[in-house]
Amino acid sequence: MAAPLTLLLIVAVTIRAVLFRSSLAELISERVEVVSPLNAWKRVVEGLALLDLGVSPYSGDVFHETPLMIYLFHFTVDYAEIVFMVSPYFVDCLSCLLASLDRAKIFRKQKYALESDRYPADCLELLRSPKEMFYIPLKVAMFYLLNPFTILSCVAKSTCGLNNAIIALFIFCTLKGSALLSGILLALATYQSIYPLTLFAPALLFFLQRLYIPVNLRRSSFWCFTLQYAFIYVGSLVVITGLSFFLLGSWDFIPSVYGFIFSVPDLTPNIGLFWYFFAEMFEHFRLFFICVFQINVFFYTIPLSIKLKEHPVFLIFMQIAIISIFKSYPTVGDVALYMAFLPAWSHLYRFLRNIFLVSCVLLACSALFPVLWHLWIYAGSANSNFYYAITLLFNFGQILLVSDYFYAYLRREHHLTHGLYLKKKDGTEATLVLK
Amino acid sequence: MGLLSDPNRRKALTNLLTRLNTPICIVCYLAAIVWFMGLAFEPFTLRTYMSENAMGSTMVEERFSSGERALSLAKEFDAHKRKAGGMPVEWLVKAMQARGLEVFTQSFSRKLPFPDENKERYMVGGRNVYGILRAARAPRTEALVITAPCSPGNSNNQAVGLLLALAQYFRNQIYWAKDIIFLVNEHDLIGMQAWLEGYHHTNITGMEYSPLQGRAGSIQAALALELSGDVITSLDLILEGLNGQLPNLDLTNLFYAFCQKLGALCTIQGKLQRNDWDTAEGYTHAAQTMMLMVLKQACGRSWGDHGLFLRYHIEAASIRGINSFRHYKTDATTIGRLVFVLHRKLVATHKNPSCRCRCSCITLAFSVSLQPSSPGMLTVLTPVVISHLTGVALYLLPVHLQEMAVEHFPVSETEAVVLTAIAIYTAGLALPHNTQRLLSGEGTEQGWKVLKLTALLYLAVLLGCTALINFSLGFILAVTLVPITASITPHMPKALCALAMVLLSPAFTILYCVFIYQELIEAPVSVGEGWMLFLSVISQGILDHALYGSLVYPLLALFIYPCWLMFWNILFWN
Repeated sequence: MAAPLTLLLIVAVTIRAVLFRSSLAELISERVEVVSPLNAWKRVVEGLALLDLGVSPYSGDVFHETPLMIYLFHFTVDYAEIVFMVSPYFVDCLSCLLASLDRAKIFRKQKYALESDRYPADCLELLRSPKEMFYIPLKVAMFYLLNPFTILSCVAKSTCGLNNAIIALFIFCTLKGSALLSGILLALATYQSIYPLTLFAPALLFFLQRLYIPVNLRRSSFWCFTLQYAFIYVGSLVVITGLSFFLLGSWDFIPSVYGFIFSVPDLTPNIGLFWYFFAEMFEHFRLFFICVFQINVFFYTIPLSIKLKEHPVFLIFMQIAIISIFKSYPTVGDVALYMAFLPAWSHLYRFLRNIFLVSCVLLACSALFPVLWHLWIYAGSANSNFYYAITLLFNFGQILLVSDYFYAYLRREHHLTHGLYLKKKDGTEATLVLK
Repeated sequence: MGLLSDPNRRKALTNLLTRLNTPICIVCYLAAIVWFMGLAFEPFTLRTYMSENAMGSTMVEERFSSGERALSLAKEFDAHKRKAGGMPVEWLVKAMQARGLEVFTQSFSRKLPFPDENKERYMVGGRNVYGILRAARAPRTEALVITAPCSPGNSNNQAVGLLLALAQYFRNQIYWAKDIIFLVNEHDLIGMQAWLEGYHHTNITGMEYSPLQGRAGSIQAALALELSGDVITSLDLILEGLNGQLPNLDLTNLFYAFCQKLGALCTIQGKLQRNDWDTAEGYTHAAQTMMLMVLKQACGRSWGDHGLFLRYHIEAASIRGINSFRHYKTDATTIGRLVFVLHRKLVATHKNPSCRCRCSCITLAFSVSLQPSSPGMLTVLTPVVISHLTGVALYLLPVHLQEMAVEHFPVSETEAVVLTAIAIYTAGLALPHNTQRLLSGEGTEQGWKVLKLTALLYLAVLLGCTALINFSLGFILAVTLVPITASITPHMPKALCALAMVLLSPAFTILYCVFIYQELIEAPVSVGEGWMLFLSVISQGILDHALYGSLVYPLLALFIYPCWLMFWNILFWN
């Protein structure tokens, strides 16, 4: 496993190095699909310049990164390319490690279930064998490093890569079982962009499952642990925010970063759903629809947590996917993060129904984004409707992918408890439908 | 979400699609061709459609009467051009200054990647001369451009003469609300590219130019004049620009309306408009005009000096005077009047992008294998990677290896480049035999199906994107590539299919287009001449890409050719 992994790393480094040095780097760093106002490198440089002049970097409404990020780049701006090259490898190694951790956990669980005869006789083929799972960490690494979305995001020097690294580190610490580190890293991820707040629920569910605490609102052990974890999380968040205040000496960063994420004032087109809608909106209704769109991101936590409370790892995957589809300024780097985890669910392949359609849609949309942008902005023969149509189609493809995996996961769980070949009451073959 | 989540309905639909696969493909293909040819059928088009903000051809008076002056200026320009052996810069500067314009010059130089045999140039250096007529009120906000090229020999003298005469006439009017730039560019498109890049502060093609000293406002529209004779019988309007871009078609309608008003004959693609659309000859004529336009758009080069303006979102057209020895002649005065009224109208109009595109976007459906299969990634990746590497070789090597080729073979540089390109193209045909045996032994049944699936999806996305940017190019490629690629399998008779594939490959498509184009402009060529034309088309394509950023050559070399190679690979799978 070490040899293929090393080869993969070398290939990935070569591709990124070649692209960094070519003329494409500047072209890519201006593409709206790859950078957003929140994570563009141009804006980081602007903020650094303002900081060097002694002015608050948030004056001028250009810079929307957090103070910790600006200080990180203050010290590493000369090595920026190396930072951005390293962060995908960081994510990648972590994904590898957590795929193998997950694997070990799954085997343990399967072993116990087999020994206690909990699986019906005909679904032995659904169980996961060590042989098939041996290459999953390598596949996860490959899916992340060689994903064109990741490469584009890295070459554009978008700080999305660093955000992905923090989220990957958080998942790693959660799976490793360290509640303290997990809470601190979750607080850091939330501090960077607010949406990882929804990952609190799956992390909590994971720890509860690990410590064999049943999820029962009447039990005191449940509340005990929840309060502990919440205390770690909120405490770290308060500490980090306070630290940011002391670094820059003002609370400017709160409206500039979090106010910007929530109120979506910048309507530059991107691959998300917000920009067109709010460009068409009358001012009177703007607040209402901002609330609706933002609640949409957080809302899915509740039903998903209830349905997937026994499967927190899959819940984490679903939450990351939902964040990257519905957040206010998504980029392809966010999409790459949840796509990297798809090989971990490769055993669900036989239950997926729309995978061909989804791949075609995503491939076609990725090709059509630059074409329609060119036709709209440069050739003048299209307009924003064309570009938004492709955005809608892209998000539709993503939602279909996520819901397909959800269906496949639930179906496999159903089969594991009720047997693989289902029969209706009159003996004919039954089909499972997700309603 | 019944279709996506209800398994029974999905199964029924997929069964239907799989069963009726071939008939659906054939019907779609034929419908697409019929629909496209129907664009030439008069009742389907919107010939007299004027958009809401369109420019009407009324309310402008014309009193230009210096046609004779224009012709005498043309003779003076010719004499000075011969004396100077190129562009008579000092005389032009003096002439423009005498007419009250602010005159500036720009020098530029460019080394072509290999010598251009059509125009016989390799290291090109020259100067552009332009004069700005400032608007009386609000100068430097918006501008219009009239340009005439300075060509070697006897061509385009009258255009420059008319330009100067118009400059004098325009100067005497007081109502211009936009600046007018009178530009005389040397070395046609290269000079124009240098001037445009200097004006807009871009540098996309690696040209060296001196910065422009004088600038007017942002350019709204441009008109290029090409007049090579004292006697003109008709005016041809040229619209096709770089990469198949067209200007706002309201400009065409406006020009046509003004021509009719002033009694000048206007032709499109060199052909007069006919009114008998319901007869067979009328339809054939319209179809011929349409096919000419499609071929001109598809080759992606700019057919007049105006073509480079379109990239900067400036509506531009070229007017070429043709002397076809008709009875009815148009004199320079009328042409001057035409240009004048056109400019009056353009000055008074605000830019509006509301023009309906005439082309309907047609999607051609492909047969897609609906079986999910998962063989090793290697069987699919190997042909894909090798095909693309060959494509990259086809793109990069001809220009880079020209010195080596000239050393070893007795050919000129241009021939070396073109013949290297053809050699690499033909060498790619030998690939499947060698790499297949070398890398993975015999291919599996699943392997070629997955490769065909990938290749068809790739072709579909590629043709879709090409059709969006340059519809004519996408259509021509689709018409030739789709039938053979949709039906190819390794089990068909190899020799026959190989011949069909080669005859429908991109290179042969270019060859057919050359012959069809020559037929349509009523100058048919023999096979030998056609072949020489084909070689010059390839060299012009490579030069256009290097000089002006035309996208046809990289598209064909880097994407279409590898895609075609993948299908070639499938044919020789076993």
